[in-house]
Amino acid sequence: MSGALAVSVRALRKRYDDVVAVDGLDLEIPTGECFGLLGPNGAGKTTTVEICEGLTAPDEGDVIVLGRRWATDERALRERLGIQLQETQLAEKLTVAETVRLFRSFYARGRSIDDVIRVVQLDEKRDGRVGKLSGGQKQRLALACAIVGDPELLFLDEPTTGLDPQSRRQIWDLVEEFKAMGRTLLLTTHYMDEAERLCDRVAIIDHGKVIALGAPRDLIASLGAEHVVEFVLAGSSDSLSDESLRRLEGVRAARRIDGNAWELRVSELHRTVPALLAELAQRRLQLAELRTHSATLEDVFVHLTGRQLRDE
Amino acid sequence: MSNLAQDSPRRRLISDSLVQLSSVRFKEFIREPEALFWTFAFPILLAIGLGIAFRNRPAEIVHIAVVGSSPEASRVAAAARADSGLAVEVLSPDSASAAIRTGRVALLVVPQPDGRVQYQFDETRPDARNARLLADNAIQRGYGRADQVRVSEAHVRERGSRYIDFVIPGLLGMNIMGSSIWGLGYTIVDARRKKLLKRLVATPMSRAEFLVSYLVSRIALLVGEVVVLLGFAALFFGVPVRGSVLQLILIVLASVFAFGGLGLLIASRARTIEGASGLMNVAMMPMWVLSGVFFSSENFPKAFQPLIQALPLTATNNALRASMLRGAGWTVVGPEVALLALWAVATLWLALKWFRWR
Repeated sequence: MSGALAVSVRALRKRYDDVVAVDGLDLEIPTGECFGLLGPNGAGKTTTVEICEGLTAPDEGDVIVLGRRWATDERALRERLGIQLQETQLAEKLTVAETVRLFRSFYARGRSIDDVIRVVQLDEKRDGRVGKLSGGQKQRLALACAIVGDPELLFLDEPTTGLDPQSRRQIWDLVEEFKAMGRTLLLTTHYMDEAERLCDRVAIIDHGKVIALGAPRDLIASLGAEHVVEFVLAGSSDSLSDESLRRLEGVRAARRIDGNAWELRVSELHRTVPALLAELAQRRLQLAELRTHSATLEDVFVHLTGRQLRDE
Repeated sequence: MSNLAQDSPRRRLISDSLVQLSSVRFKEFIREPEALFWTFAFPILLAIGLGIAFRNRPAEIVHIAVVGSSPEASRVAAAARADSGLAVEVLSPDSASAAIRTGRVALLVVPQPDGRVQYQFDETRPDARNARLLADNAIQRGYGRADQVRVSEAHVRERGSRYIDFVIPGLLGMNIMGSSIWGLGYTIVDARRKKLLKRLVATPMSRAEFLVSYLVSRIALLVGEVVVLLGFAALFFGVPVRGSVLQLILIVLASVFAFGGLGLLIASRARTIEGASGLMNVAMMPMWVLSGVFFSSENFPKAFQPLIQALPLTATNNALRASMLRGAGWTVVGPEVALLALWAVATLWLALKWFRWR
């Protein structure tokens, strides 16, 4: 069934009391795609995913999952989905194997318990209590429970939030493995590196709406600049203007962040940096700091909203 | 069970998920040492305590005082001392009034100037009324009253009529109520709080099986509770089980379903442990007092009786006592079991209707 849509959402709206969580959202996820919902906390990612998962009822809009609707085909749909929620605490007194066996028992068909425990690399903890697992191990166990029914479509809500870098990489490997099996994935995250690495396409969500949609590389390319240069001047910078910076070779956009700090979006780093240094020398300005990085989805978000993605 | 990457669909009389859910409940419980203590050790400790406090003692000595120092007072005191069941003191008016105020003596005997004898006592206290009868009898005899009928005494102490016999079925009923309501209420609210319920309903799990698994695991644990408590009571206090074991099992099952339903109902919407435990106490407290655990519910006014008799713990205790102590038949036990079944159906129905899965 290649080419069919695994998830189709149209004109979705959901409000809680006086807060609009989802405000007219459309999504189409083809079978076999790894799709990411990217946005700051409170953007409406979790509400959107939980509506797709049939756990929350929308106020308005149409949701079709694997060609079926929740109102009529809930039981059949549940057999075909794998779900990992953001904040589930599994029973602490059970062992890893008991937990996976319990979840396996709910599905008419699925993977063997040993197989799933091996895939999430919890063999050594097989008979250990859930309460004694580390954060990363608990998250891998949650993933094991999500895939034990051998789902066609897997939902992961912030699968690596709060984990250390090594645990995050382990989760990423599991997701890659699931993708390699040709299954469909919908994940939410507020980590750009995660979305860039895992997702075929992402939707950037803000205030319950999709503000950008596409492959991570295309979205970054839409900035017209692959690199970002940030620099801070020592001393007065009154003689430097946005205008003069924009004239430098390879600069697509320039803005003053605050005080003596500036940010340039740049297409050709190797041409812009010498030009920038020459310009500053000519104006007798001293550099206090100079940083460059490749443009990321974070920069896309900043470009679209003027705000940072993570409110840290 | 199978090491194949793909297990095939299975059809069985009892579904694998019900077995798994029930065994998980059971394991979670037995891995909680505190819960084990409260369920098994606590009722036994309570039974030991009550058994010691209310053990059958030799007939008690009754303390009385004769007031004053007149020759009449000495004569009355001598007459009263003829009854070995009376401990008689002769006290001055001051110390006598202090003695009766503090309850050290139950009765004051005050010889009057006109030759009469006045008894001073609290007529609402059974032991004081008893003291008056004993003292009066001894004094009248001492002054020459003759008995009209010759009497003799034979002492009877029947198993099944002692306080410990009364209290063991009550403790069993209370234990079934407590462990069912707490066992279900607490774990369900805890699972809701930890978003585990939400995670479970995100699977194809049957919701009915989920709720039934709680009852199944409760029943499994209850076998232990009943055997331990009744076994202990039979061994150490000789508490009888005169009715059939089948009858006892059916009473206990009906009771588990009634209290299990009540526990589910209490847990059906609460989001916090605090909220749920408040509701549980509201449900259980009146029954601890009214339903005849430690003293007979007949002690409450007649007007309240229809309400009291309709409570599930009253029905449980009545049925257990009728069956265990009197070996009563189904005509007595049947209606109580039917009442419990009614409670079970009503509470389970409401609980399913209102249950909040998220």
